[in-house]
Amino acid sequence: MENQALAGIRVADFTWFVAGPMTTRYISEHGAEVIKIESSSRIDPLRTGAPYGGGRPGINRSAYYADANRGKLSLGLNLSTIRGIELAKRLIATADIVTENFTPGTMEKWGLGYDELRKIKPDIIMFSTSQQGQTGPLAVHPALGTSLVSLAGFTHVTGWPDRPPTGLFGAYPDYISPPLAVAVIAAALDYRRRTGRGQHIDLSQYEASLLALAPFLLDYTANARENDRDGNRCDYAAPHGAFRCRGDDRWCAIAVSSDQEWREFCRVLGNPMWASEPRFVTLSGRKQNEADLERLIEEWTMDRSAEEIMALMQKAGVPAGVVQSSEDLRNDPQLMHREHLWILNHPEVGVHATTAPPFRFSKTPAKPGRPAPLLGEHNEYVCHKLLGMSDEEFVELLDAKVLE
Amino acid sequence: MKNQSQVNGLLEPFRVLDIAGAEALVCGKILGDLGADVIKVERPGGDRARNIGPFYHDIPDPQKSLFWFAFNNNKRGITLDIETLDGQCLFRRLVETADFVVESFAPGYMDKLGLGYALLSAINPRIIMASITPFGQSGPYMDYKANDLVAWAMGGQTYLSGDPDRPPVQVTFPQAHVNASAQAAAAVLIAHYRREISGMGQHVDVSIQESVTYTLMNAQQYWDIPKIILKRSGCYRAGHAQGAMMRTVWQCRDGYVNLTILGGTIARLTIMPLVKWMKEQGAADEFLLSVDWANLDTHIVTQEFFDRIEEPVAKFLLLYTKAELYAEAIKRSFILYPVNSAGEVLADRQLAARDFWEHVDHSELGVQIVYPGAFFKSTEANGGIRFRAPLIGEHNLDIYEGELGLTPKQVASMKQANVI
Repeated sequence: MENQALAGIRVADFTWFVAGPMTTRYISEHGAEVIKIESSSRIDPLRTGAPYGGGRPGINRSAYYADANRGKLSLGLNLSTIRGIELAKRLIATADIVTENFTPGTMEKWGLGYDELRKIKPDIIMFSTSQQGQTGPLAVHPALGTSLVSLAGFTHVTGWPDRPPTGLFGAYPDYISPPLAVAVIAAALDYRRRTGRGQHIDLSQYEASLLALAPFLLDYTANARENDRDGNRCDYAAPHGAFRCRGDDRWCAIAVSSDQEWREFCRVLGNPMWASEPRFVTLSGRKQNEADLERLIEEWTMDRSAEEIMALMQKAGVPAGVVQSSEDLRNDPQLMHREHLWILNHPEVGVHATTAPPFRFSKTPAKPGRPAPLLGEHNEYVCHKLLGMSDEEFVELLDAKVLE
Repeated sequence: MKNQSQVNGLLEPFRVLDIAGAEALVCGKILGDLGADVIKVERPGGDRARNIGPFYHDIPDPQKSLFWFAFNNNKRGITLDIETLDGQCLFRRLVETADFVVESFAPGYMDKLGLGYALLSAINPRIIMASITPFGQSGPYMDYKANDLVAWAMGGQTYLSGDPDRPPVQVTFPQAHVNASAQAAAAVLIAHYRREISGMGQHVDVSIQESVTYTLMNAQQYWDIPKIILKRSGCYRAGHAQGAMMRTVWQCRDGYVNLTILGGTIARLTIMPLVKWMKEQGAADEFLLSVDWANLDTHIVTQEFFDRIEEPVAKFLLLYTKAELYAEAIKRSFILYPVNSAGEVLADRQLAARDFWEHVDHSELGVQIVYPGAFFKSTEANGGIRFRAPLIGEHNLDIYEGELGLTPKQVASMKQANVI
C-alpha cells in the first residue's frame, strides 16, 4: 500500500446508501484505510440491494453493496449506546477524515458533530453530504438519489418532446457528486498538510449536481428560456441520434458535426441518391428535414449490425458507437484493455465483478484491495490493533451489544 | 508554485494550465472553484468551444457563449498556438511554474508536439498531467472518435434510458463530458496530495467512456451475477425489484412528480404517509389499506403487485399540482419530488435559503448574470464564483509580459505571427 497516493490516511466512515460510500471508495482504492461504522440495528440499505450472490437476499450478499464498498473495513458498532459513541470517538481520534451522509443533525444528536469532533482532534476533516445540504428549510426532508434527479432538473430534459419525461437511468446525482466530493476532500487533505487546519465540508448533492446543468440554467437566467427534452438531437449536428440496427433492440449512436464528416458518412452509406438531395447537403437543411433524414438513415442501419456500423463509421472518421447494454460492456475490448472490472472473491457474494475507477495513474495505481466487508468483520482488528483495547473490554462490549 | 499568500480557496497556491477542449472544461472549472489559479489556454482567435450555445440573448458570438461562461468561470485566459515552435517554447516555460496540466487532445498529439507527459515531467517533475479522451490513451478504440452522445452510448447509459417503444435516449443536455471532467478533477487532486509529499507528479489517463460506466448503479452487477440485462423502462425503474418495474415518474395536474414506492423500513418515508393522506381524502382503496408496507420487501414483489398499487395512486396524484404535492410531501415527511424545469430550480426555496445563486459581473455586457454557485460549502474556504470566464486573450499581457518577461514588442511580434 505504500506506493499508493493516499497511503497512510485513515477514514472513520459513517456513510451509507450510495453517494457517501462511492466517495469513500475512491479513498480506499488509493491506499487509505477506510473503516465503515455500521450497525445491524440500522442496516445500510445498500446491504439489501439487488442483485445478490447466489440469488438469495442477505445483508452480506448484496453485489451492489460489494461493488460500492470493496476495499473497506467494517466495525459493527451500536451508536445508540453511550459506550458506542465513546468507542466511535476513540476511533475518530486516530482518523484523518470523518465521512457521513445521514440526515443533517444526526451526528450532532449522537455527540459526533463537528464541534465535538474538533475537541477530539482539532485538525479533523469532517465531510458531510446530504441531498439538500446541512442547512436550510428542507435540510432534513427525506430523500433518495432517484428523486433528486427530478428535483435537480435532469428528468425534465430527458425523453421525447411529445411524451412525458422518462428521466435517465438511476440515482444519477448519487454518481455525479462523489467525484466532486473527492475533489474537495483531497484538496482539504492537502490544505491540512500545509496549514495544520481541518474543516467541515458541507456538500449538498442537489447543489453539486446542478453544476452538470449549468449552461441550461444560464439559458434561463440570461435568456428566460426553458429548455425541453429533445430525444437525441443536437442543435448543431445532424444526423445525431440512436439508429435501429439489425437484431433485437440493437442501436448505433451516430453524430455528424461537420461537412467533412457528412461526406464520409454518405460514402459509408454508398452515396445513396437521397443523400445528395439539396435539402440534405447542408447542416441547416438536414436540421430542417431531420425526421426524413433519420428515417432514410434507418433504412440503411436496419440491415446491419451495430458493431459493423460502428467499425465502418470509425474507419471513415465519423463518430459512431454501439448503444451498449451491460452485456456489451462486459465484452467490450476497450474496457477489457483498461481492466475496467476487478474480479474479487467475497465469502458470501462469491466471485463477482467490481468496477475500477475511470482513470489510471502512471505511478501510483489504484487497487481493489479486499472484497467488501461482512458487517462487523473487522471488530477485532479495529479494537485490538488500532485502539489497543484489552480482551476484557472487547468481550464486555460484545456482551453489552455495543459491538456487533 | 506561486508564493503562498492569504488563502482565498483550498487550492490557492497552485496553478493549472487548462488547454482542454469542450470535453474537459469542467475539470479546470472545478479546480478553479476550489481556488486554484487556472489559466485557460486557447488557440489564437478563441477555442472552438466558444461556438457552442446557448448564447447570451441568442447572439452567436464567441464572447457570448453561455456554455463557455458556465464552464470557464474562475479561469484567466491566454491565447497560444502550440502547433508553432514558439508556442511550444512558451508552453514549456509555463509548465516550469505550473502544478497541473489538463488536456483533451487525441492520444499522441501532445507527444508529437514535444509536450507529452514524459517531456513535461523532465522540465518539471512535480507536474500532474490529466489527459481526457473518449476511450483512453491506449487500446483497440484509442483512435475512435466520440462526441458526448457516442461516449454516453458506449458507456452503457443510453441503453438504459427512455421509453421502451422508442430509441434509447441521452440527456438533452449531454452529460458524458461533465462526468469525465469531474472524474479528472478528483483524480488529479488525489495525485496532488501524494505529489506534495513525494515531490513527484504523474500522468492521469481519464476515459470518458469509462467515466460514463461509473454512473450505471447496479446494472453491471445485474449482468455479472444473475445475467439480467437491465433495459430502458420509460417512467418506470428497473433494477430495484428483481423481475419487476416500479413507476417513478407520475403525471399530476400541471406536470410530473417523482415518487418511488418502497417497502420495509423506508415505507414510513414513502408510501405510508401517502396512503394516510389518500385515506383522509377518501381515495385509498381496500387493497392499499390492507398492505403491510413496513414488512413488504419491494425487492421481491411481482409486477402484478406494483400495477395494483399504481392505479389508485396515479388517479390521486392527477388531482394536485406539483407545488401542492411537494408541499404536502414536506408537511407529511415523505419522499415525493417535483420534476423541475430550469425555472422551478431557480425558484427553489432551499437553494435560495442557502444563498446558492451568485450574481456574476459581466462588465463587458454591462450586466450581471445569475449563475449556479459553489458545489460545496466549507468552514475554511468558499467555493463560489470569483470571476467570470475570460475573454479571448484577456490575460495575455499579465502572463506573457507580467510573468514570462516578454517585452511589448515581443508580444506584438508573437501576436502578428499568430503564435499568441
